[in-house]
Formats: sequence, structure tokens, C-alpha cells
Amino acid sequence: MFLPIWKKLKYMLLILVLSKEASVLKAAQISSESDKDWINQAIRFWTFTDPSIQIIALGAILIGINCGLMGGYVVSRRLSMFGDTLSHAVLPGIAVGFMFSQSKNEAVLMIGATLSGFLGVGIISLLKRHTKMKEDSAMGLVLSGFYALGICLITYLQQSPNGGASGLESYLFGSLVGLSDRDLVPLCFCLSLIIICFILLNKELLLSGFDPSFARSVGLPVDILQFCIWILMAFCIVSSLQVIGVVLVSALLIIPAATAGLLTYRMSQILVFSGILGALSGIVGCFLSFMGERLPAGPVIVLCSTLLFLAVLFFSPARGILPSWFRTRRRGQRIRFENTLKACYQVLESRSFSSQSFPQTALAQRRGKSDAEIEKEIGVLIREGYATRQEFPTEQKSELPSETMVSLTPSGWEIASRMIRNHRLWELYLTKEASYAPDHVHDDAEKIEHVIGEKTVRQIERILDNPQRDPHGKPIPSQDDIDRGWLSPPLVADK
Amino acid sequence: MRVALPKPLEIHDLTVAYQQKPVLYGIDLEVEPGSLVGIIGPNGAGKSTLIKAIMGIMKSVDGYVKVFGDSSRKALTRVGYVPQRESVDWDFPVTAMDVVLMGRFGHIGWFKRISKRDRSFASECLEQMNMLPYANRQIGNLSGGQQQRVFLARALAQQSDLYLMDEPFEGVDAITEKAIVDLLKNLRNQGKTLMVVHHDLSTAKDYFDHLALLNLRLVAYGKTEDVFTHDLLQKTYGGKLTVLSEVGSRKLNEKQPTPEAL
Repeated sequence: MFLPIWKKLKYMLLILVLSKEASVLKAAQISSESDKDWINQAIRFWTFTDPSIQIIALGAILIGINCGLMGGYVVSRRLSMFGDTLSHAVLPGIAVGFMFSQSKNEAVLMIGATLSGFLGVGIISLLKRHTKMKEDSAMGLVLSGFYALGICLITYLQQSPNGGASGLESYLFGSLVGLSDRDLVPLCFCLSLIIICFILLNKELLLSGFDPSFARSVGLPVDILQFCIWILMAFCIVSSLQVIGVVLVSALLIIPAATAGLLTYRMSQILVFSGILGALSGIVGCFLSFMGERLPAGPVIVLCSTLLFLAVLFFSPARGILPSWFRTRRRGQRIRFENTLKACYQVLESRSFSSQSFPQTALAQRRGKSDAEIEKEIGVLIREGYATRQEFPTEQKSELPSETMVSLTPSGWEIASRMIRNHRLWELYLTKEASYAPDHVHDDAEKIEHVIGEKTVRQIERILDNPQRDPHGKPIPSQDDIDRGWLSPPLVADK
Repeated sequence: MRVALPKPLEIHDLTVAYQQKPVLYGIDLEVEPGSLVGIIGPNGAGKSTLIKAIMGIMKSVDGYVKVFGDSSRKALTRVGYVPQRESVDWDFPVTAMDVVLMGRFGHIGWFKRISKRDRSFASECLEQMNMLPYANRQIGNLSGGQQQRVFLARALAQQSDLYLMDEPFEGVDAITEKAIVDLLKNLRNQGKTLMVVHHDLSTAKDYFDHLALLNLRLVAYGKTEDVFTHDLLQKTYGGKLTVLSEVGSRKLNEKQPTPEAL
């Protein structure tokens, strides 16, 4: 899925470079395309033939990569809340920038936004230093204060008679409408800055993030590096504002990186995954926003990254919720049929291994379960190839009531005797080496027998010097007994 | 000053303050090469502060520190540091190997990449602490003792001549404690100088051949058998020196965090 997008991205970059002259590409008025049906729209989007679509798609991808890469550092350095504060604190700067320039001049708005963001950061560190305020409250204060100021200023500007401020509200929730190729320049600039920084300062950033006092001890300017991260974050946020919006831009810093954190614990891999996840949510969100009329781009892109997070949370093979649920379930099933097989062995043992088959009712008695339940358990064994079942007598004319006889297959026999062996060895180990009373060991052995493993069993056997009987006097099948094949009772039983 | 090889550590009239409140008062200390020094003293005595001031992480108000005859900023690669285990974020996405490689950064220098030689040396250091099987584990998945071993492996990777260690025995199991003691003595026998913050008086006598008794002032410094006496310990741990601290805090009206909170 990634490869075609990347190929197209390369193609699109080429076009962008070649078409310097043709840079007057106006963005599409997306909602005006409602006359065409959605399949045509989708085709139009994914073929990237329309220049305006190229621009919004490239913009969304760039923003996704930028925020994803940046997020790797933001999340691992526990700066998520800080990113949220910074992104909200830029809003008054946009309004003030507009007042100064009296137009939607992006450069002025961005400078205003950056300054305002750093003013907010400055206030936080002043509050921290000179009052007893904790960092999180200081951030909360700056975040909400600046945001409220920004909303008031923008509302005021929109009501003022000279007008022209009508686009400002798109900075709240973001919009793909009106994205021009000029807007891609700061995004590309930001991306190259991030990549250069991360490549050059990879090990320095890693050390100063993990262990600042050690970093200082080897002469790293930890505060300056931290400031570099802030500057990069500010660039990343400000350049993404137009598409994502003030309210949700920090989500793109947090969610892809947090998702990557579920998949790996290596910084380099977190950065790669996070960048890919960011780009993916960018392009898919961009597509959905393009299809859905008037759906704001910011929330849709953030929603996409949240869905990706949920998908990883539930389905990632190593630690996903669903795979581990299946693993637990499978383990439960295994323990259940191992217990049934063990009971079969015990039934055979109680009949002194006189015949290879035994009546199903004897098993039901042994397990203390109803015939129907045992019917089901034996069914599982037969399905897995551990047992076979026959009706006796088979001749129809017989007057006797028919009886269901069960016999174990060689593989069933092996598991059954192995479980018995594990159980009895463990009981003996607990009583002999860990000085448990013989009547205390059964319940523990019931659990351990399924997980103990061949290696530990052999170790115990060595420690106990190849014992023959468990604490209750029952014979312990040895590895030789198991190897000799099915239905040969432990040799010791003969003695 | 005698004209000879510069001493590993020379501290002259060092006063360190945290937010204007002094936490160390006029420390004078000279350490001979090949000494294994335990820094002991009660909570809030300024043990960690002394280490940080030697490293130049904390600025001194007065006096100076010389490491091998130079300022500690200039002698950076000759000084190894083991910070307190609680001072780092153990959830950070790094492996044990990554952490040990950090010990090489002082030798590698800015912007340069980690070489194969650095990697194999870091593996050797991990091996020396019996931690090589855990090289690719995320650092937060290790036990407290294992984390401390990784920290010491990183110190080994620094190949320093003077080591400053902040409570390396804090929260480790008995086996690791033994391993650390062996490592310290081993390094001492190689002619390295070690300063180790320690708070367990019962073991201090066995672990170190020199002791620095610290409580805001340097109460005593010398060979363990000379310094580990009832009178000097009484002076270090008895309450008399706390007056210094009370007067120190009276300089400010507001309550200040203790230096331990740094």
C-alpha cells in the first residue's frame, strides 16, 4: 500500500520542481464538484492528475511526516502536553499578524504565530521559576488563556467592517481549501530541517533526552538541545496550522508516535513508523475530507490517525489486544484437552492398563462431569487426533445396552502420560525439596503441569535422582516409558 | 603546590549554592591516584551536590575544582559519571546497548556516527557486567540491579581515569552489590580513581580504602581506618552541623527545596 503512494509522491515532487513557471495553480473549490458521483471523485483523487489535488495530497502527506517524525521526540521526551500548549498559544499571534498586515499574508501570520507561541512558552517557564505553580497547571493556564484570547480577537476581526478576515476561522479546525503551492514551501523547509537535525544530532538528542545529567557530564549543552526541539516543534506546528488547525495539530504530534510506541521500543524505528503512520493518516484523511462535503481536514486527519492507533492497539501481532486474547483462548483450550487426556490416563491406570479402551462413562465419573460434557470433550480429542471412539457391541441384534468405548491414539497417549509425569514429578519436587506437605501440592501441580516444559522436568528428574513414585505412591512414567509407545504402562507398575 | 603529576582531583575552598542557599561550605580536598573513596554523610549533606559540582553540572559560588590539573570542563573525557538511577526516564525508547554506547559519545564527538569499534567495545563492557544477553532489551524492562549494571557498563565504556558515582548501590540485589564492589576494586587496582557516594555505614568500612565524611562541610578525609572513628562519625551525623544549614536558609524568607530534590 505504501509503495504506490511513495512512487506517486516522487512523481509529484518532480512535477513541482519542473513546473516552477506554472506555479499559479489555484486550489480546487472542492465542494463545487458535487455534481459528479463519488466514484469519479475518488478516481480523480487517487490518480493525482488534477494539479490542485496534487497540492493538497502532497501537503497532507508532508504534514503527516513532519508531525510524525517530530512526535517521536515529543512523546519520548514527555512533551505531549507542551506541544498542545504551544499549538494553542499561537492563535493570538495569527490574529495580531492579520491586524498588522490587514491581509491573509501567510508569512506575517506565521511569524506572529511563532512569536506568540514562544511568548506562551516563556510565560510557562517564568511561572515555574517564580511561583510555586507546577508545570502542568502553568501549561493549562497558558493554553486556555492564549486560546481564549485568540478566539476573541478572531471573532472581533471577522465582525469589523473592513472584512477580509473571513478565512481566519479555518485556522481553528483547518481546511484544505485554498492550499496553494506556496504553502508547501514552509512544509518542505520544515521537513528538511527536521531530517537534517535528526540525522546530525541523533545520538546527542537521544542522550540528552534519556539522561540529561550524564549528558551534561560529557559536555552536551542539554538546554540548547532542548531549545532546538522546541524550535523544531514550533516550526512543525505553525507550518501545519492552515491544514490541521490550532485545536488538533498537537494530536498529530502525539498519536502517530504513540502508535509507533506500541510497535517498537527503538528510537530509530519509532521515528520511521511514526513518520509513515503520519503520512498515511494525512493522505487518507485528505481523501475523506475531499470526498465528504465540508468536512474540515484537521479533524478527519486526526480521526484517521486515531483509527490507525486503535487498529494497532487491537491487531498488532506481538502485543495487540486481539492476538493476545486469541493466544489466551488457545492456551485455555490446550489446558482443557490436556486435562481430559490426563483423566483418560487415570482411568486406564485404575483399570491396571488391562485394555486399550475404556468406557466413556468411566471418564465422566472420573472427571465428575455429565455425559453430555464428556461427549463434547471426547469430541475435541477426536477432532485433534488424540482419541478414537467405538460403539460396543456393534451388532444391532444384540440385546445388551450399547456402550461407547474410547481409546487413545499414540499421540494422545504421549501427551496424557507426559502430563501425568509432569504432575507427579512436580508434586514430588515440592514435597522433597521445598518441604511442602503431601496434601498441599496437588493444586499447584494442576497448574504447573501445563507450563513446566521438558527442560525443567529433566532437571527435576536429575535433582530427585530418577524417582519412581510420587508422594501419594503412584508410579511416575519416565521418558523411557513415554518413548516405548502407547499403552505400555510404567514399568514400575509391574513391580 | 608540589611539582609532580597533577592529582586526579583537587578541590579548593569550594562553596556551592542552590538558589542562593549554600549546600556545601568551603570544601578542601585532594585525592591521590588509585584511591577508592567513599563519600558518606546524612541525607541532605550535599553528597550528590559535591559530585555534580566536581563534574561542573552545578556551578560553584566560590573556590575551584581541578581534575588532573585542569578545569573539569577541559578534562571531560577523563571523568566518568554514574548518576543516580532515579534521575533518568526508564521508559525512554533505548536499549541497554544504546545506553552503553552513550558512554562513548565523549570520545566520538559531535555529529559523528558510532563506529563498529565503539560498538564492539560497548559489547565488551556489557559482557564485563554480565549484561551482554540483555543488550537488545528495552532499558525499562530490566530489573533495578540490571539497570545499575548497565549504568556501570556505560561508565566502563567511558574509559575514564576518574570515576564519580552517585549511590551505585541504591536498590540493587546482593549479587549485583557484590559485582559492583568487585568492579570498583578492579578499577582501583588498574590505577583509576573512584569517588562513590554511599549511605550504608555498615558496609562503608569494607568497601572503601578512603572515606570523605561530609555534612555541608568536609568533616574529615583520609584512610578508612583513620577516619572511620566514633568521634568523627558523631561529628558528621550528630546534629551540630545543622545550625549551618538553618542559618543558610534564614538568608531567604521563602522555603526552598532541599538539595536532594534537585
